[in-house]
Amino acid sequence: MIPWLLAAGQAVLVMLVAPLLIGLMRAVRARLEGRAGGRVLQPWRELRKQLRKEPLIPADAGAFFTAAPAVLVATSVLVAAVAPFLSTRGPLSGVADLVVVVGLLLLGAVALALAGLDTGTAFGGMGASREMIIAALVEPTLLLAVFALSTRVGSTDLGAIVAAGATRPAEVFTPASALAAAALALATLAEAGRLPVDNPATHLELTMVHEAMVLEYAGRDLALVEWAAAMRLTILLGLLANLFIPWGVATDPHPGALAVAAGVFVVKLAALGCLVAAGEVFLAKLRLFRVPELLAGSFVLGLLAVVASSVLA
Amino acid sequence: MGLIGKIRSVGRVAEPAPEGPAQPLPAAAALGGSAQVRHVDAGSCNGCEIEIGQAFSPVYDAERHGARLVASPRHADVLTVTGPVTVNMAGPLRKTYEAMPEPRLVVAVGDCARDCGMFAGGYGVLGPVSDVVPVDAQVPGCPPEPAAIVAALRGVTGR
Repeated sequence: MIPWLLAAGQAVLVMLVAPLLIGLMRAVRARLEGRAGGRVLQPWRELRKQLRKEPLIPADAGAFFTAAPAVLVATSVLVAAVAPFLSTRGPLSGVADLVVVVGLLLLGAVALALAGLDTGTAFGGMGASREMIIAALVEPTLLLAVFALSTRVGSTDLGAIVAAGATRPAEVFTPASALAAAALALATLAEAGRLPVDNPATHLELTMVHEAMVLEYAGRDLALVEWAAAMRLTILLGLLANLFIPWGVATDPHPGALAVAAGVFVVKLAALGCLVAAGEVFLAKLRLFRVPELLAGSFVLGLLAVVASSVLA
Repeated sequence: MGLIGKIRSVGRVAEPAPEGPAQPLPAAAALGGSAQVRHVDAGSCNGCEIEIGQAFSPVYDAERHGARLVASPRHADVLTVTGPVTVNMAGPLRKTYEAMPEPRLVVAVGDCARDCGMFAGGYGVLGPVSDVVPVDAQVPGCPPEPAAIVAALRGVTGR
Protein backbone atom coordinates (compact mmCIF):
# COMPACT_ATOMS: atom_id res chain seq x y z
CA MET A 1 0.00 0.00 0.00
CA ILE A 2 2.73 2.48 0.97
CA PRO A 3 4.67 2.11 -2.32
CA TRP A 4 1.47 2.94 -4.24
CA LEU A 5 0.84 6.04 -2.11
CA LEU A 6 4.45 6.99 -2.65
CA ALA A 7 4.10 6.61 -6.42
CA ALA A 8 0.96 8.77 -6.40
CA GLY A 9 2.72 11.41 -4.32
CA GLN A 10 5.67 11.39 -6.68
CA ALA A 11 3.36 11.83 -9.70
CA VAL A 12 1.58 14.75 -8.00
CA LEU A 13 4.93 16.35 -7.13
CA VAL A 14 6.10 16.13 -10.76
CA MET A 15 2.74 17.49 -11.99
CA LEU A 16 2.99 20.45 -9.62
CA VAL A 17 6.66 21.18 -10.19
CA ALA A 18 6.79 20.81 -14.00
CA PRO A 19 5.15 24.20 -14.88
CA LEU A 20 7.24 25.90 -12.18
CA LEU A 21 10.39 24.48 -13.79
CA ILE A 22 9.34 26.03 -17.13
CA GLY A 23 8.66 29.33 -15.34
CA LEU A 24 12.06 29.23 -13.64
CA MET A 25 13.84 28.51 -16.93
CA ARG A 26 12.01 31.41 -18.63
CA ALA A 27 12.93 33.69 -15.71
CA VAL A 28 16.62 32.76 -15.89
CA ARG A 29 16.65 33.34 -19.63
CA ALA A 30 14.86 36.69 -19.24
CA ARG A 31 17.35 37.80 -16.61
CA LEU A 32 20.31 36.97 -18.87
CA GLU A 33 18.67 38.81 -21.78
CA GLY A 34 18.29 41.95 -19.66
CA ARG A 35 14.50 41.62 -19.43
CA ALA A 36 12.45 41.67 -16.25
CA GLY A 37 10.57 38.54 -17.35
CA GLY A 38 7.39 36.91 -16.08
CA ARG A 39 6.86 35.37 -12.66
CA VAL A 40 7.83 31.76 -12.00
CA LEU A 41 4.10 31.05 -11.45
CA GLN A 42 3.16 32.37 -14.92
CA PRO A 43 3.03 28.93 -16.65
CA TRP A 44 0.55 27.82 -13.96
CA ARG A 45 -1.57 30.90 -14.69
CA GLU A 46 -1.54 30.00 -18.39
CA LEU A 47 -2.47 26.38 -17.67
CA ARG A 48 -5.31 27.39 -15.35
CA LYS A 49 -6.72 29.76 -17.95
CA GLN A 50 -6.41 27.30 -20.84
CA LEU A 51 -8.05 24.52 -18.81
CA ARG A 52 -11.10 26.78 -18.53
CA LYS A 53 -11.22 27.61 -22.25
CA GLU A 54 -13.20 25.63 -24.81
CA PRO A 55 -11.23 23.11 -26.89
CA LEU A 56 -11.69 23.54 -30.64
CA ILE A 57 -11.44 20.48 -32.90
CA PRO A 58 -10.51 21.19 -36.55
CA ALA A 59 -13.07 19.96 -39.08
CA ASP A 60 -10.72 17.37 -40.62
CA ALA A 61 -9.29 15.98 -37.39
CA GLY A 62 -10.13 12.47 -36.24
CA ALA A 63 -9.72 10.23 -33.21
CA PHE A 64 -5.92 10.55 -33.01
CA PHE A 65 -6.19 14.30 -32.54
CA THR A 66 -8.68 14.07 -29.69
CA ALA A 67 -6.93 11.13 -28.00
CA ALA A 68 -3.34 12.41 -28.15
CA PRO A 69 -3.48 14.88 -25.20
CA ALA A 70 -4.90 12.18 -22.92
CA VAL A 71 -2.31 9.60 -24.06
CA LEU A 72 0.50 12.12 -23.64
CA VAL A 73 -0.57 13.08 -20.12
CA ALA A 74 -1.25 9.46 -19.12
CA THR A 75 2.18 8.22 -20.22
CA SER A 76 3.91 11.20 -18.57
CA VAL A 77 2.05 10.72 -15.27
CA LEU A 78 2.78 6.98 -15.33
CA VAL A 79 6.50 7.53 -15.86
CA ALA A 80 6.47 10.24 -13.18
CA ALA A 81 4.90 7.74 -10.77
CA VAL A 82 7.21 4.77 -11.39
CA ALA A 83 10.60 6.41 -12.02
CA PRO A 84 12.96 6.52 -9.00
CA PHE A 85 12.68 10.23 -8.17
CA LEU A 86 12.00 10.13 -4.40
CA SER A 87 12.42 6.48 -3.47
CA THR A 88 14.27 3.66 -5.18
CA ARG A 89 11.53 1.19 -4.27
CA GLY A 90 8.49 1.85 -6.42
CA PRO A 91 5.31 -0.26 -6.47
CA LEU A 92 6.22 -1.72 -9.87
CA SER A 93 9.98 -2.20 -9.49
CA GLY A 94 10.92 -5.13 -11.68
CA VAL A 95 8.24 -4.16 -14.20
CA ALA A 96 8.85 -0.44 -14.64
CA ASP A 97 12.42 -0.67 -15.83
CA LEU A 98 14.43 1.39 -18.28
CA VAL A 99 12.88 -0.16 -21.40
CA VAL A 100 9.35 0.52 -20.17
CA VAL A 101 10.14 4.14 -19.26
CA VAL A 102 11.72 4.85 -22.65
CA GLY A 103 8.85 3.02 -24.35
CA LEU A 104 6.24 5.10 -22.52
CA LEU A 105 8.02 8.33 -23.45
CA LEU A 106 8.14 7.15 -27.08
CA LEU A 107 4.43 6.23 -26.96
CA GLY A 108 3.62 9.82 -25.97
CA ALA A 109 5.82 11.21 -28.74
CA VAL A 110 4.21 8.93 -31.35
CA ALA A 111 0.70 9.87 -30.15
CA LEU A 112 1.50 13.55 -30.63
CA ALA A 113 3.11 12.94 -34.04
CA LEU A 114 -0.03 11.06 -35.19
CA ALA A 115 -2.15 13.96 -33.90
CA GLY A 116 -0.01 16.36 -35.92
CA LEU A 117 -0.62 14.27 -39.05
CA ASP A 118 -4.30 13.90 -38.19
CA THR A 119 -5.03 17.62 -38.54
CA GLY A 120 -4.20 17.41 -42.24
CA THR A 121 -2.29 20.71 -42.19
CA ALA A 122 1.10 21.12 -43.82
CA PHE A 123 2.84 22.27 -40.62
CA GLY A 124 1.38 19.45 -38.52
CA GLY A 125 2.74 16.82 -40.90
CA MET A 126 6.08 18.59 -41.15
CA GLY A 127 6.45 18.74 -37.38
CA ALA A 128 5.44 15.08 -37.06
CA SER A 129 8.02 13.90 -39.59
CA ARG A 130 10.75 15.93 -37.87
CA GLU A 131 9.74 14.66 -34.44
CA MET A 132 9.97 11.08 -35.69
CA ILE A 133 13.45 11.66 -37.19
CA ILE A 134 14.61 13.01 -33.84
CA ALA A 135 12.84 10.32 -31.81
CA ALA A 136 14.36 7.53 -33.94
CA LEU A 137 17.84 8.87 -33.12
CA VAL A 138 17.20 9.80 -29.49
CA GLU A 139 15.51 6.68 -28.11
CA PRO A 140 18.47 4.32 -28.84
CA THR A 141 20.78 6.86 -27.18
CA LEU A 142 18.57 7.01 -24.09
CA LEU A 143 18.59 3.20 -23.89
CA LEU A 144 22.33 2.86 -24.52
CA ALA A 145 23.33 5.54 -22.02
CA VAL A 146 21.41 3.86 -19.24
CA PHE A 147 22.55 0.36 -20.32
CA ALA A 148 26.08 1.57 -19.59
CA LEU A 149 25.00 2.18 -16.00
CA SER A 150 22.97 -1.02 -15.76
CA THR A 151 25.91 -3.33 -16.62
CA ARG A 152 27.51 -2.19 -13.35
CA VAL A 153 24.40 -3.13 -11.39
CA GLY A 154 23.33 -6.14 -13.41
CA SER A 155 19.76 -4.91 -13.81
CA THR A 156 17.85 -2.56 -16.11
CA ASP A 157 15.65 -1.52 -13.19
CA LEU A 158 16.11 2.24 -12.77
CA GLY A 159 15.46 2.01 -9.02
CA ALA A 160 18.25 -0.57 -8.62
CA ILE A 161 20.67 1.61 -10.61
CA VAL A 162 19.91 4.68 -8.52
CA ALA A 163 20.06 2.66 -5.28
CA ALA A 164 23.48 1.27 -6.24
CA GLY A 165 24.70 4.80 -6.94
CA ALA A 166 23.30 6.12 -3.67
CA THR A 167 24.86 3.38 -1.54
CA ARG A 168 28.21 3.11 -3.40
CA PRO A 169 28.97 6.68 -4.52
CA ALA A 170 32.51 5.81 -5.67
CA GLU A 171 31.05 3.88 -8.59
CA VAL A 172 29.27 6.94 -9.94
CA PHE A 173 32.53 8.62 -10.93
CA THR A 174 33.81 6.34 -13.67
CA PRO A 175 34.75 7.10 -17.28
CA ALA A 176 31.71 5.13 -18.40
CA SER A 177 29.45 7.27 -16.23
CA ALA A 178 30.90 10.48 -17.62
CA LEU A 179 30.36 9.30 -21.21
CA ALA A 180 26.84 8.10 -20.39
CA ALA A 181 26.02 11.41 -18.68
CA ALA A 182 27.11 13.36 -21.77
CA ALA A 183 25.06 11.09 -24.04
CA LEU A 184 22.00 11.26 -21.81
CA ALA A 185 22.23 15.05 -21.48
CA LEU A 186 22.23 15.52 -25.27
CA ALA A 187 19.39 13.02 -25.65
CA THR A 188 17.42 14.85 -22.93
CA LEU A 189 17.75 18.19 -24.71
CA ALA A 190 16.61 16.64 -28.00
CA GLU A 191 13.75 14.62 -26.49
CA ALA A 192 12.43 17.58 -24.49
CA GLY A 193 12.58 19.88 -27.52
CA ARG A 194 15.14 22.35 -26.18
CA LEU A 195 17.91 24.23 -27.98
CA PRO A 196 19.96 23.40 -30.05
CA VAL A 197 17.54 20.81 -31.49
CA ASP A 198 14.23 22.69 -31.19
CA ASN A 199 13.43 26.21 -30.03
CA PRO A 200 10.49 26.24 -27.59
CA ALA A 201 9.98 30.01 -28.04
CA THR A 202 9.91 30.12 -31.83
CA HIS A 203 7.14 31.74 -33.88
CA LEU A 204 8.59 30.65 -37.24
CA GLU A 205 6.55 27.71 -38.48
CA LEU A 206 9.38 26.59 -40.79
CA THR A 207 11.76 25.96 -37.87
CA MET A 208 9.26 24.33 -35.50
CA VAL A 209 9.30 20.73 -34.37
CA HIS A 210 7.17 20.32 -31.22
CA GLU A 211 5.21 23.57 -31.73
CA ALA A 212 4.30 22.64 -35.32
CA MET A 213 2.47 19.51 -34.12
CA VAL A 214 0.44 21.38 -31.50
CA LEU A 215 -0.49 24.44 -33.63
CA GLU A 216 -4.11 23.23 -33.93
CA TYR A 217 -4.70 22.50 -30.24
CA ALA A 218 -6.77 24.98 -28.26
CA GLY A 219 -8.12 25.43 -24.75
CA ARG A 220 -8.17 22.36 -22.51
CA ASP A 221 -6.39 20.11 -25.05
CA LEU A 222 -3.58 22.64 -25.43
CA ALA A 223 -3.24 22.88 -21.65
CA LEU A 224 -2.88 19.08 -21.40
CA VAL A 225 -0.27 18.97 -24.20
CA GLU A 226 1.76 21.82 -22.69
CA TRP A 227 1.51 20.33 -19.21
CA ALA A 228 2.65 16.94 -20.48
CA ALA A 229 5.55 18.54 -22.35
CA ALA A 230 6.64 20.27 -19.13
CA MET A 231 6.32 16.95 -17.26
CA ARG A 232 8.46 15.16 -19.85
CA LEU A 233 11.20 17.77 -19.41
CA THR A 234 10.93 17.37 -15.63
CA ILE A 235 11.06 13.56 -15.92
CA LEU A 236 14.12 13.58 -18.19
CA LEU A 237 16.00 16.13 -16.06
CA GLY A 238 14.97 14.20 -12.93
CA LEU A 239 16.32 10.95 -14.39
CA LEU A 240 19.54 12.71 -15.40
CA ALA A 241 19.87 14.13 -11.88
CA ASN A 242 19.12 10.90 -10.02
CA LEU A 243 21.20 8.61 -12.23
CA PHE A 244 24.35 10.74 -12.05
CA ILE A 245 23.86 12.67 -8.77
CA PRO A 246 22.04 9.95 -6.81
CA TRP A 247 22.42 11.48 -3.35
CA GLY A 248 19.38 12.31 -1.29
CA VAL A 249 17.17 9.62 -2.85
CA ALA A 250 15.39 7.60 -0.18
CA THR A 251 16.38 3.92 -0.21
CA ASP A 252 13.74 3.00 2.39
CA PRO A 253 10.20 4.41 2.57
CA HIS A 254 10.71 6.35 5.81
CA PRO A 255 8.65 9.59 5.93
CA GLY A 256 11.60 11.75 7.01
CA ALA A 257 13.86 10.34 4.29
CA LEU A 258 11.09 10.89 1.73
CA ALA A 259 10.62 14.53 2.75
CA VAL A 260 14.36 15.10 2.43
CA ALA A 261 14.32 13.28 -0.92
CA ALA A 262 11.52 15.53 -2.21
CA GLY A 263 13.43 18.66 -1.19
CA VAL A 264 16.69 17.42 -2.71
CA PHE A 265 14.86 16.39 -5.90
CA VAL A 266 13.34 19.86 -6.34
CA VAL A 267 16.71 21.54 -5.70
CA LYS A 268 18.44 19.25 -8.22
CA LEU A 269 15.73 19.97 -10.81
CA ALA A 270 16.00 23.72 -10.25
CA ALA A 271 19.79 23.61 -10.59
CA LEU A 272 19.63 21.58 -13.81
CA GLY A 273 16.87 23.83 -15.18
CA CYS A 274 18.93 26.97 -14.49
CA LEU A 275 21.94 25.33 -16.15
CA VAL A 276 19.94 24.41 -19.28
CA ALA A 277 18.32 27.87 -19.48
CA ALA A 278 21.65 29.65 -19.06
CA GLY A 279 23.26 27.39 -21.65
CA GLU A 280 20.47 28.14 -24.13
CA VAL A 281 21.34 31.85 -24.09
CA PHE A 282 24.67 30.97 -25.71
CA LEU A 283 23.22 28.60 -28.31
CA ALA A 284 21.51 29.01 -31.66
CA LYS A 285 19.22 26.36 -33.07
CA LEU A 286 21.04 23.84 -35.22
CA ARG A 287 20.08 23.54 -38.86
CA LEU A 288 17.70 20.56 -39.08
CA PHE A 289 20.08 18.57 -41.28
CA ARG A 290 22.86 19.01 -38.72
CA VAL A 291 20.69 17.58 -35.91
CA PRO A 292 21.29 13.92 -36.94
CA GLU A 293 25.05 14.60 -36.71
CA LEU A 294 24.68 15.87 -33.14
CA LEU A 295 22.45 12.94 -32.19
CA ALA A 296 24.77 10.44 -33.89
CA GLY A 297 27.55 11.96 -31.79
CA SER A 298 25.54 11.43 -28.62
CA PHE A 299 24.80 7.84 -29.74
CA VAL A 300 28.53 7.21 -30.18
CA LEU A 301 29.13 8.58 -26.67
CA GLY A 302 26.49 6.16 -25.38
CA LEU A 303 28.10 3.27 -27.25
CA LEU A 304 31.52 4.16 -25.86
CA ALA A 305 29.98 4.29 -22.39
CA VAL A 306 28.61 0.76 -22.79
CA VAL A 307 31.97 -0.52 -24.10
CA ALA A 308 33.88 1.27 -21.34
CA SER A 309 31.61 -0.03 -18.60
CA SER A 310 31.86 -3.64 -19.80
CA VAL A 311 35.62 -3.54 -20.51
CA LEU A 312 36.78 -1.49 -17.53
CA ALA A 313 34.42 -3.05 -15.00
CA MET B 1 33.96 35.20 -23.27
CA GLY B 2 32.40 38.17 -25.07
CA LEU B 3 28.80 37.31 -24.34
CA ILE B 4 29.28 36.79 -20.59
CA GLY B 5 31.02 40.15 -20.33
CA LYS B 6 28.21 41.75 -22.34
CA ILE B 7 25.53 40.23 -20.10
CA ARG B 8 27.37 41.51 -17.01
CA SER B 9 28.03 45.02 -18.34
CA VAL B 10 24.53 45.58 -19.79
CA GLY B 11 22.63 44.15 -16.82
CA ARG B 12 18.90 44.79 -16.81
CA VAL B 13 17.64 47.09 -19.57
CA ALA B 14 13.91 46.77 -18.78
CA GLU B 15 12.51 50.11 -17.69
CA PRO B 16 10.66 50.19 -14.34
CA ALA B 17 7.03 49.33 -14.96
CA PRO B 18 4.51 52.14 -14.38
CA GLU B 19 1.67 51.68 -11.87
CA GLY B 20 -0.91 48.96 -12.55
CA PRO B 21 -3.43 49.09 -15.39
CA ALA B 22 -5.77 52.11 -15.34
CA GLN B 23 -8.97 50.18 -16.01
CA PRO B 24 -8.79 46.41 -16.56
CA LEU B 25 -11.28 45.23 -19.15
CA PRO B 26 -14.28 43.32 -17.72
CA ALA B 27 -13.26 40.30 -19.81
CA ALA B 28 -9.81 40.29 -18.19
CA ALA B 29 -11.14 38.37 -15.17
CA ALA B 30 -11.70 35.25 -17.29
CA LEU B 31 -8.05 35.27 -18.39
CA GLY B 32 -6.69 35.19 -14.85
CA GLY B 33 -3.56 37.30 -15.39
CA SER B 34 -2.28 35.68 -18.57
CA ALA B 35 -2.88 36.62 -22.19
CA GLN B 36 -1.54 34.80 -25.23
CA VAL B 37 -1.42 37.29 -28.08
CA ARG B 38 -1.76 36.57 -31.79
CA HIS B 39 -1.00 39.43 -34.17
CA VAL B 40 -2.61 40.03 -37.58
CA ASP B 41 -1.43 42.72 -39.96
CA ALA B 42 -4.63 43.55 -41.86
CA GLY B 43 -2.96 46.04 -44.20
CA SER B 44 -0.76 48.30 -42.10
CA CYS B 45 2.35 50.17 -43.22
CA ASN B 46 4.36 48.08 -40.65
CA GLY B 47 4.95 51.11 -38.43
CA CYS B 48 2.68 49.58 -35.78
CA GLU B 49 4.43 46.19 -36.17
CA ILE B 50 7.74 47.79 -35.26
CA GLU B 51 6.15 49.31 -32.13
CA ILE B 52 4.52 45.98 -31.18
CA GLY B 53 7.92 44.34 -31.59
CA GLN B 54 9.32 46.97 -29.24
CA ALA B 55 6.53 46.35 -26.71
CA PHE B 56 7.85 42.77 -26.34
CA SER B 57 11.50 43.86 -26.42
CA PRO B 58 13.74 43.86 -23.32
CA VAL B 59 13.09 47.58 -22.70
CA TYR B 60 9.27 47.54 -22.46
CA ASP B 61 8.97 43.79 -21.75
CA ALA B 62 5.23 43.09 -21.96
CA GLU B 63 5.98 39.52 -20.85
CA ARG B 64 6.42 40.61 -17.22
CA HIS B 65 2.72 41.58 -17.21
CA GLY B 66 1.63 38.15 -18.39
CA ALA B 67 1.31 38.79 -22.15
CA ARG B 68 3.08 36.44 -24.56
CA LEU B 69 3.10 36.29 -28.37
CA VAL B 70 2.09 32.89 -29.74
CA ALA B 71 2.34 31.27 -33.15
CA SER B 72 -1.24 30.11 -33.64
CA PRO B 73 -4.69 31.73 -33.23
CA ARG B 74 -5.79 28.46 -31.56
CA HIS B 75 -3.42 29.24 -28.67
CA ALA B 76 -4.45 32.88 -28.41
CA ASP B 77 -6.82 34.81 -26.14
CA VAL B 78 -6.08 38.22 -27.61
CA LEU B 79 -5.92 39.26 -31.26
CA THR B 80 -3.99 42.44 -32.00
CA VAL B 81 -4.89 43.91 -35.40
CA THR B 82 -3.10 46.75 -37.16
CA GLY B 83 -3.85 48.74 -40.30
CA PRO B 84 -7.03 49.55 -42.17
CA VAL B 85 -8.59 46.24 -43.16
CA THR B 86 -7.89 45.79 -46.85
CA VAL B 87 -10.24 43.92 -49.15
CA ASN B 88 -7.80 41.02 -49.42
CA MET B 89 -7.13 40.74 -45.67
CA ALA B 90 -10.77 40.89 -44.48
CA GLY B 91 -11.24 37.13 -45.05
CA PRO B 92 -8.02 36.01 -43.31
CA LEU B 93 -8.78 38.36 -40.39
CA ARG B 94 -12.28 36.92 -39.98
CA LYS B 95 -10.89 33.35 -40.22
CA THR B 96 -8.22 34.10 -37.62
CA TYR B 97 -10.87 35.46 -35.26
CA GLU B 98 -13.07 32.40 -35.80
CA ALA B 99 -10.12 30.05 -35.16
CA MET B 100 -9.68 31.48 -31.64
CA PRO B 101 -11.34 29.67 -28.72
CA GLU B 102 -13.77 31.61 -26.50
CA PRO B 103 -13.28 33.85 -24.54
CA ARG B 104 -11.44 35.97 -27.12
CA LEU B 105 -10.60 39.66 -27.25
CA VAL B 106 -9.58 41.97 -30.09
CA VAL B 107 -7.24 44.95 -29.61
CA ALA B 108 -7.11 47.40 -32.52
CA VAL B 109 -3.61 48.92 -32.55
CA GLY B 110 -2.99 52.27 -34.24
CA ASP B 111 -5.10 54.99 -35.85
CA CYS B 112 -5.60 53.03 -39.08
CA ALA B 113 -7.15 50.10 -37.21
CA ARG B 114 -9.54 52.51 -35.44
CA ASP B 115 -10.73 54.70 -38.33
CA CYS B 116 -8.55 53.85 -41.38
CA GLY B 117 -6.33 56.89 -40.62
CA MET B 118 -4.71 58.41 -43.68
CA PHE B 119 -5.80 55.47 -45.84
CA ALA B 120 -9.53 56.17 -45.41
CA GLY B 121 -11.33 56.02 -48.75
CA GLY B 122 -8.52 54.12 -50.51
CA TYR B 123 -9.71 51.81 -53.27
CA GLY B 124 -8.26 48.72 -51.57
CA VAL B 125 -9.52 49.62 -48.09
CA LEU B 126 -12.61 47.88 -46.77
CA GLY B 127 -12.92 49.78 -43.47
CA PRO B 128 -11.72 49.90 -39.86
CA VAL B 129 -11.23 46.69 -37.86
CA SER B 130 -14.56 47.08 -36.04
CA ASP B 131 -16.36 46.60 -39.39
CA VAL B 132 -14.96 43.06 -39.67
CA VAL B 133 -14.55 41.71 -36.10
CA PRO B 134 -15.83 43.07 -32.74
CA VAL B 135 -13.19 45.26 -31.10
CA ASP B 136 -12.73 45.25 -27.29
CA ALA B 137 -9.92 47.77 -26.87
CA GLN B 138 -8.21 50.40 -28.99
CA VAL B 139 -4.74 51.92 -28.92
CA PRO B 140 -4.63 55.38 -30.57
CA GLY B 141 -1.48 56.73 -32.21
CA CYS B 142 0.27 56.78 -35.58
CA PRO B 143 2.16 54.69 -34.65
CA PRO B 144 1.27 54.20 -30.95
CA GLU B 145 4.18 54.18 -28.52
CA PRO B 146 5.26 50.78 -27.18
CA ALA B 147 4.28 51.97 -23.69
CA ALA B 148 0.70 52.58 -24.92
CA ILE B 149 0.56 49.07 -26.42
CA VAL B 150 1.91 47.58 -23.18
CA ALA B 151 -0.71 49.57 -21.23
CA ALA B 152 -3.50 48.16 -23.46
CA LEU B 153 -2.20 44.63 -22.96
CA ARG B 154 -2.05 45.21 -19.20
CA GLY B 155 -5.70 46.15 -19.37
CA VAL B 156 -6.30 42.67 -20.80
CA THR B 157 -4.12 40.73 -18.36
CA GLY B 158 -5.21 42.90 -15.43
CA ARG B 159 -1.64 43.09 -14.06
